[in-house]
Amino acid sequence: MAAKKSSFLKKSGLGQLLIPITALVILLLFNLIRDPSFFSIKVAVNNSGNSVLSGNLITIIDNASALAVIAMGMTLVTAACGGQDISVGAVGAIAGSFFVKILKSWETVTAGSMILAIVVCILTAVAFMMFNGTLVAVFKIQPMIATLILFSCGRSIAYWITGSATPQLSGPIIQAMGMTIPGIPIPTPIFAVILVGIVLALIFRLTNLRLYTQSVGVNQGAARLNGINPTAIKLLSFVLLGMCVAVAAMIGVCRMAQLSHKTLLVDIEMDAILAVAIGGNNLGGGRFRIAGSIMGAYIIQMLTTTLYAMNVATVNVKAYKAIVIIIIVVAGSPVIKNWITSMTNKIRAGKMNTSAAKGVE
Amino acid sequence: MKRREPLTNTQLLTTIAICIFVAMYAIAVIAPVQGFEKFQMFFDLLNDNAYLIIISCALSIVMIGGGINISVGGVISLTVMACSLFLNGTSLQNGFGIVAALFLALGIGLAFGVGQGFLISYLEIQPFIVTLAGMFLSRGLTTMLSVEPVKVSAQTHAVFYAFRGNKIEIPFLGYIAQNGNMIPAKLEIGAVVALAVVILSFLLLRYVKLGRNIYAIGGNQQSALMLGINVKRTRFLSYVISGLLSGLAGFVFLMHKPTGNASVAMRSEMDAIAASIIGGTLLTGGVGNVVGSFFGAMILATIQKIIGMSKLNDSWWQDMASGALLGFFILLQSVVLSERDKRRAKRNDSKLAVQRE
Amino acid sequence: MQNDAVLTMRGIDKQFPGTKALNKVDFTLRKGEIHALMGENGAGKSTLIKVLTGVHEKDGGSIWVEGVEGEAHIHSPQEAQNLGIATVYQEITLCPNLTVAENMFIGRTEGQMVHWKDFEKRTTEILNNLGIPARAKQELSSCSLAVQQMVAIARAVDMNCKVLILDEPTSSLDDKEVEMLFSLMRDLKSRGVGIIFVTHFLEQVYEVSDRITVLRNGELVGEYAIEDLPQVELVAKMMGKDLNDLADLEQIGEKRSAATEVVYEAEQISSSESKPFDFKIHKGEVNGFTGLLGSGRSESVRAIFGADRVTGGKVKMKGKDTKISKPHDAMKAGIGYLPEDRKRDGIIADLSVRENIILALQVMKGFFHPMTKAQMEAFADEYIKTLNIKTASQDTPVGSLSGGNQQKVILARWLLTHPDYLILDEPTRGIDVGTKLEIQKLVLKLATEENMSITFISSEIEEMLRTCSRLIVMRDRNIVGELTGDQLTQAQVMKTIAGGEQ
Repeated sequence: MAAKKSSFLKKSGLGQLLIPITALVILLLFNLIRDPSFFSIKVAVNNSGNSVLSGNLITIIDNASALAVIAMGMTLVTAACGGQDISVGAVGAIAGSFFVKILKSWETVTAGSMILAIVVCILTAVAFMMFNGTLVAVFKIQPMIATLILFSCGRSIAYWITGSATPQLSGPIIQAMGMTIPGIPIPTPIFAVILVGIVLALIFRLTNLRLYTQSVGVNQGAARLNGINPTAIKLLSFVLLGMCVAVAAMIGVCRMAQLSHKTLLVDIEMDAILAVAIGGNNLGGGRFRIAGSIMGAYIIQMLTTTLYAMNVATVNVKAYKAIVIIIIVVAGSPVIKNWITSMTNKIRAGKMNTSAAKGVE
Repeated sequence: MKRREPLTNTQLLTTIAICIFVAMYAIAVIAPVQGFEKFQMFFDLLNDNAYLIIISCALSIVMIGGGINISVGGVISLTVMACSLFLNGTSLQNGFGIVAALFLALGIGLAFGVGQGFLISYLEIQPFIVTLAGMFLSRGLTTMLSVEPVKVSAQTHAVFYAFRGNKIEIPFLGYIAQNGNMIPAKLEIGAVVALAVVILSFLLLRYVKLGRNIYAIGGNQQSALMLGINVKRTRFLSYVISGLLSGLAGFVFLMHKPTGNASVAMRSEMDAIAASIIGGTLLTGGVGNVVGSFFGAMILATIQKIIGMSKLNDSWWQDMASGALLGFFILLQSVVLSERDKRRAKRNDSKLAVQRE
Repeated sequence: MQNDAVLTMRGIDKQFPGTKALNKVDFTLRKGEIHALMGENGAGKSTLIKVLTGVHEKDGGSIWVEGVEGEAHIHSPQEAQNLGIATVYQEITLCPNLTVAENMFIGRTEGQMVHWKDFEKRTTEILNNLGIPARAKQELSSCSLAVQQMVAIARAVDMNCKVLILDEPTSSLDDKEVEMLFSLMRDLKSRGVGIIFVTHFLEQVYEVSDRITVLRNGELVGEYAIEDLPQVELVAKMMGKDLNDLADLEQIGEKRSAATEVVYEAEQISSSESKPFDFKIHKGEVNGFTGLLGSGRSESVRAIFGADRVTGGKVKMKGKDTKISKPHDAMKAGIGYLPEDRKRDGIIADLSVRENIILALQVMKGFFHPMTKAQMEAFADEYIKTLNIKTASQDTPVGSLSGGNQQKVILARWLLTHPDYLILDEPTRGIDVGTKLEIQKLVLKLATEENMSITFISSEIEEMLRTCSRLIVMRDRNIVGELTGDQLTQAQVMKTIAGGEQ
């Protein structure tokens, strides 16, 4: 029975997602017991006169948008390169600066200037990510170290581009992108996440990206001897991450209707890496599940929102977050997993011969 | 018969770091950048960066063992805050108060080291995530203790305040001021502690079994296990040491700047990682040396100082310079090591051919 | 329990999820004997050794070690060492970033300090005694692989162990080094050390061993004195087959030398690792590259496949000019390549058997043309059946299969692409006799029935003589001879390898 169940989990790929799903369910249950009104969703009219949905759940999904988008890209880089990019926040600030710079070239924000700005924003983020990617893929430098360069100086570059502390943006287009589109009650950033998700899903469907990335991540020498170009795959993962970062940067800029090179997407690299890990992905590369990372992103945001709802001071949220993270990763750790497997086996079999699962890693 | 062995990778990378530090400092003296003509500048670099040097050692030790620890900055902020509150509140207005504060600092560091080490070694959780959680936790606890800055002053704890002001004066390294008085060079206690930490860590890594075991698990964990090394315990201890050192760094920070604050040592973990890398420690493990990390920290400190002293005085220039410097070192090391591998492969080939003749 | 036994294992059980790796296995090692542990891949040799060295914990059974009161409980390699059990593994298990001297002493000294001077002095003595060409202060990574292996043995020797386990120690050594190792083993034997010797080279077993224990499918087949068990019978016991099946060992098929169309032709092809050489192969021909380890035979075929950086030469595929500068070019031209080092270059351990099988075909179809899941499953099923790959399911990670089955998966991967020209570099290394035979048969079958051109490389000359109709002999990275027809005898090959000029 046990074997059957675990093979079912493996086949459907749910095994890896067990921890994030459980964590999500527990968080939801916790909130349900704590305060059922946590889940209430109302229709409210916002200050520009649109009727929009409001409520904690909407806030969580909305606020996690940038994180979810970056976590998707981070998953790919992690899988292909066996390391993480810690410069996503800084590169986001740079891309955001170009975005604002283009928009500020005209008096008002028009559809035309917006399209141009979006293109430039994406190209900038991709270009800087290519720099990281080149260091990693061509010069064979550990991702975390390679991206430490832009991590240290990226925000300074952003400041250098805009030249002022916080340029402001305004206009209906910005509001539509950052808040809601008139007539649609759901915040626009949520659509951005769905769009990125669909694009990635299509890429996985129409190409061999998943197989190639996993092969390179597990054994790049063997991948090369089977005709895969590991350098190209690693670069590609950084290009895709660059696009994700650009989207996240635009979400961040439009939501605040201003650019602060110091606070745009600040500390998001750490949360993104956490999301990848909570999603059950191996930070050492190889097999991956994007769905896990997305779930990780929402778990992190739900945790934050829950803590706010419990009147925990903003500055103290980090400490509680740390404790929950530790609980989640401990629950997902190989040692605990093996222990649980052997315990359940023992209970089922009621015999001694079951500490076996421990032996294989 | 006796022949010199070629430098190991560790030695090679450390040598490069030392040479570049010397060259950079010499240029600053000759250029001249204001302040660098006095020897005091060198001591000031040590005084200001004592905590950074200590956590660079902490980082190097875990990195040599193939791990990472990004909680060091947070642990510093927590210790500084906790010690400030303790010193301001304690009735031990004497030397015991200082000792108690020191033990508090080390205790906090030890707690983080033990906790993180346990999760990483015995529960096999990825070190990046564990220490990231450690960073969140320590930063969060800091603000829980106090959101407002807490200043230790002569009024709140006179003995500590006097103690931290103690400086070691070395006359012959001083300079003659405009009024003709000799101003001796001054070294703070924290800087001496930092130097001691460098030396002790070096000895630990070189002559103590634990140190060599750390190299072994970083070089090849599987082999280390087969060689009979207790891999888990070794890894655990490397995190305990790095935790202890972060606590000590917090105390040193407090002596240099006696104010607890939520933003203390912000992002210093990344500076420490950068210093270790510049000093020749590889993130992949097994290669590195705390002497290199010391010079790595000094190189970073010097470049910041040079920019600070010149007309480009702007924090974003400093960030740009650190980034560029790091990039330069990373590329240099990558080129040097890959050239070396190539030459080695060639030499082994020709050796093989000779044997066959 | 015999009185002179240094090690007694009784009723050892070991269960892995899905498989019973060891089932009530007994093993006895006596003082001063060399005891060969034989079995096919997956027979349980490695598991038994890992239980003995504390890498795995046993699920049942008992172990007694001479001089230790009561049952020995071994939970870690360190505990095994303390009991006097030393192991040298096939893969180097030393730390490349430490010096030779440290590798000799780390993990087994008393006290908390490292005494460099002392270590280095003793290491130099030991190295000189054993005639190992290394220096004490040298970083291990700067030694050649063979020397690293010797250092590992020296370490084990110096530990005054009662039990020395040699797990395929000879696979990366050349003949001279193997001879050195054997004299070392005999020396230790005379000093009363019990040696467990695991190898796939049958000749070596008969050269040094006193006794043989055979395992099959995780169970004990029996323990025999070497003189009671002729080689053929040993093979029969390992494979669990009758003697008449083994007649095939001699006659496994008909070799063909075909004077048909030239499939692949290279002129002065060279790579960063190999010197320029000319080469061609006909349709349906099986040829071989032979020579000592390091003679450049692997590097030459790698150049053909574009595995290293190609630096020059002209290539024609079926008469048409073709440019091959990377593996992908070679694959498109219809060449397949099974690499020498299966673990490093062949399998993608964490991916499933299915993904590993379809990988090359999928890459050839292109990045934008993924196969459907049904197609993949059908392909995988087909080849799991034809090659008789033993796996729990298609979804099993290939890394958890035994060596021979991993090799079959890679073979399946290339067969699936239906290449015109297939290069097999050491397809039989480190795998059991039965699978070796299967692979040799398959090679001949592919050549005769499907007209595939095949290059077959093996360290065992008999294997090549059995399968190849043309042998290219290499020495010091140059082709020094080409043997066909009557010249294909062991003596002639040896003579050419050694340098027949004199």
